[in-house]
Amino acid sequence: MLSPRERKLIAEIWERLTPVAEDIGSDALLRMFVTFPGTKTYFAHLDISPRSAHLLSHGKKIVLAIAEGAKDISQLTVTLAPLQTLHAYQLRIDPTNFKLFSHCVLVSLACHMREDFTPAAHAAIDKYLSAFAAVLAEKYR
Amino acid sequence: MVEWTDFERATIQDIFSKIDYDTVGPASLARCLVVYPWCQRYFGNFGNLYNAAAISSNPMVAKHGITILHGLDRAVKNMDDIKNTYAELSVLHSEKLHVDPDNFKLLTDCLTIVVAGQMGKAFTGEVQAAFQKFLAVVVTSLGRQYH
Repeated sequence: MLSPRERKLIAEIWERLTPVAEDIGSDALLRMFVTFPGTKTYFAHLDISPRSAHLLSHGKKIVLAIAEGAKDISQLTVTLAPLQTLHAYQLRIDPTNFKLFSHCVLVSLACHMREDFTPAAHAAIDKYLSAFAAVLAEKYR
Repeated sequence: MVEWTDFERATIQDIFSKIDYDTVGPASLARCLVVYPWCQRYFGNFGNLYNAAAISSNPMVAKHGITILHGLDRAVKNMDDIKNTYAELSVLHSEKLHVDPDNFKLLTDCLTIVVAGQMGKAFTGEVQAAFQKFLAVVVTSLGRQYH
């Protein structure tokens, strides 16, 4: 459950992160691959070494999608419809991995935002990412 | 027995020698109670936990946060036998405190994020992996005596 204040905070934070989407996204992905090696199995077809073109562009894509959804959280199902189809029928990433990635996004934000990543901001973003992941997996079955 | 690489051992010793227990302990527990409010069920006698500001300035939360962090010292000093190091504490959390072991992971996730915030860029993916591996062993050991 997200309060109006939290929705506003989330929208503001992700708006500020859009210019560094590539850095945050690739950092989060890299952390996930190192901390949870099983997640690499979904990327066997890409070069995911640090600072690789694939890693940077893929990280950017993911963060921009998260930022887009943050602009109007009440419309998540509409905004994410194409991505829902992609994940359900093509990518078929096991949803447990969404939790692992979300955790790594939070760690990246902590490293990037330092003291600005307050407990309140952490709570709001954790809730948002959970909602995002749930919507993403909606068409799985 | 858990196998630790030289890098992992060095990383754990390094992190725990550098963090300020009086800051990180309270911050981690407070963050856990804010981000996962259902954890507050174990702290009914801690007074005002009404909102994030109250939790973050609550002296009982702060004191307990420091206690918990010092509890991790035992594992840091006994990395090759964390399992037995926490046998007694595991019984305590199960029999006396009745804490759902799933909560241990919530707290260690918050600790990871607080340490990440402190270390910034120095908290690389490799450092994170070592830290999380260590905390995962602690969490498993604390849950081991539950039945």
